[in-house]
Amino acid sequence: MQALTTRAKQVQRKPLSWVERIYLWNIFKGMLITFSHIFKKQPTIHYPEQKRTFSPVFRGLHVLNRDEEGRERCTACGLCAVACPAEAITMEAAERMQGEEHLYREEKYAAKYEINMLRCIFCGLCEEACPKDAIYLSETFTPSDFTRESFIYGKENLLIPDPVKQPEAFAKARGLN
Amino acid sequence: MTILAFDWILLLEKFILIVVVIFGSLGIALYSTFAERKVAGILQDRPGPNRAGPFGLFQPFADGLKLIMKEEIIPTNSSKFLFVLGPILAMTAALMTSAVIPWGSKVHLFGRDISLQIADVNIGILYIFGVVSMGVYGIMIGGWASNNKFSLMAALRGASQAISYELAMGLSLIALLMLTGSLSLKTIVEQQMAPGHWWNIVYQPVGFLIFIICAFAECNRTPFDLPEAENELNFGYHQEYSSMKLGFYLFSEYVNMFISSVVMACLFFGGYDIPFVNEAALSPNTAATLGVLALLIKSFIFIFIFMWVRWTIPRFRYDQLMNLGWKTLVPLALINMLVTGAVILWRMGA
Amino acid sequence: MNITQILFWILSGAAVISAIMVVVSRNPIHSILWLIVVFFCISGHYILLNAQFLAIVNLIVYAGAIMVLFLFVIMLMNPNKTNAQQKSLWKKLVGVIAGGCFLLTWIPLIKQAPEIHNKVALLKDGNIGLIGNLGKVLFSDYLVPFEITSVLFLSAMVGAVVIGKKE
Repeated sequence: MQALTTRAKQVQRKPLSWVERIYLWNIFKGMLITFSHIFKKQPTIHYPEQKRTFSPVFRGLHVLNRDEEGRERCTACGLCAVACPAEAITMEAAERMQGEEHLYREEKYAAKYEINMLRCIFCGLCEEACPKDAIYLSETFTPSDFTRESFIYGKENLLIPDPVKQPEAFAKARGLN
Repeated sequence: MTILAFDWILLLEKFILIVVVIFGSLGIALYSTFAERKVAGILQDRPGPNRAGPFGLFQPFADGLKLIMKEEIIPTNSSKFLFVLGPILAMTAALMTSAVIPWGSKVHLFGRDISLQIADVNIGILYIFGVVSMGVYGIMIGGWASNNKFSLMAALRGASQAISYELAMGLSLIALLMLTGSLSLKTIVEQQMAPGHWWNIVYQPVGFLIFIICAFAECNRTPFDLPEAENELNFGYHQEYSSMKLGFYLFSEYVNMFISSVVMACLFFGGYDIPFVNEAALSPNTAATLGVLALLIKSFIFIFIFMWVRWTIPRFRYDQLMNLGWKTLVPLALINMLVTGAVILWRMGA
Repeated sequence: MNITQILFWILSGAAVISAIMVVVSRNPIHSILWLIVVFFCISGHYILLNAQFLAIVNLIVYAGAIMVLFLFVIMLMNPNKTNAQQKSLWKKLVGVIAGGCFLLTWIPLIKQAPEIHNKVALLKDGNIGLIGNLGKVLFSDYLVPFEITSVLFLSAMVGAVVIGKKE
């Protein structure tokens, strides 16, 4: 039969020779192999101290973006929730009132915006679906926690800091400092 | 008060020695658990536990604390007294073996010659055998009292394995004892220290090979860890155990490993003999201290071999285990015995 | 009364009590465990007689190996209390009479035996049980019985193999 790959190895089923049957030599060879591993380089990354650099396409925790004046970009159109295959996103829309123009960019905004991080599969489809460039997947992990409730992230967890009022925190959140 | 006519100072010094030996072997067993994980890590290209304290040195204490804090569970349908007795027996048997081991020659303290051996009985090596065979009861009683099929099967496996390999072990030792002519471990060590006499490994390589294989089986270490085969028997005879009772079982295994390493060092590698050094030239206290160190280093090398084998060789199947024990090791030990006897006779005739 | 005698009485008491417990225990596993205690007490007696080799061999062979096999068999058969057969009264009666007759023949025998008559057990200073002496006695004075025993064991082993191979 034609082998599928060049690495395929024919299984030898001939009876064991005398040296193989007393096992000792083979055990010794195996022990030498494990012993040689003592001197090998360890590929371990000691996580809290060392961190692996993410690839540029890494999809981590969500961030709700603001525009350059510090207004929320989200208009609560619900396209992200529709796109979400895990149904992790829920939101409630509200109308922008007089005098709130400096807070919200569009006339409609998300009064409540929740992502259940236990459901989310970090596929990034919300990011692609968003017409207002309001939601992005950042380069951070979801931190561990003790309760299920704490994994439902609201707006207060997701919103990026205001670039006008808190420029330092904003820069930190973008990882630019 | 003629009843209490003891040599009280002798009693005190033996008591101190017993306390030191027991806590010493417990401490070494404690750090064996750490060393096991470290060795496993290093052999598998990873660092092993390194979080608790510098280089993870406090890891065994963290493990112990965790075990103590766990809930003590005694299954409802178990036989309660025996369920508690099992781990006690396992631990007692493991610690009792250290009584006849010569940890060093004499030290001279406070005007007394203090022997670094708890009891120099003239049947030392047989005593170890006797106590080790008692250790099987810890496994059997624990496994049966748990009232669990897996535990029972594991206990039966453990016991039959221990009995089978005890036989080959005893036979391999007989050849050695024919050479030494004594059952006392101290005499055996001192014979190897005598000038013009090499370590017994030179005279009994096959005996040593059989002995070390049987020691692996007696300590229930891989490749003979069938009694605690996790993936077949759900952890084996201590499946129903929790908290410190489980800790006792796991711990007694490490104590056994340490003691059998020391026994191997004494029987085949000269015990507290320091290679290439004439101990008589040193002052007795220095010689004794260095001797204890030499014995410990030898046994640590054996402990490393125990771990090295564990992380290299996969577990035997049960029929392979029995075949190896009865059809290979026992005949080999018998042949070894015959050859040794013939050589001794031939040399006596010459 | 010195320390050896105190130990002797303690060991004897323990041996007798645990021997009674072997018979009285309802659970066969407990019986075996009590039997192991009996063997320990007997080994203690051997040590008092300065027969250390016998003591430890008693432990290794009887307590360490044979009792484990007993435990094995009973654990594998797993006799429950429910299916233990109730013995009828007359069977028990016959057993008591038979046992009593056996005891009756033994008591006068032991009483008249010249070997133990008017003799006190040697405590601490006999040396027949030490390994060298024992070996010499076995291979000189008692060579023939010793070899015959080994043939007996061999035939027992062959018998076991034959039974095992039958199927």
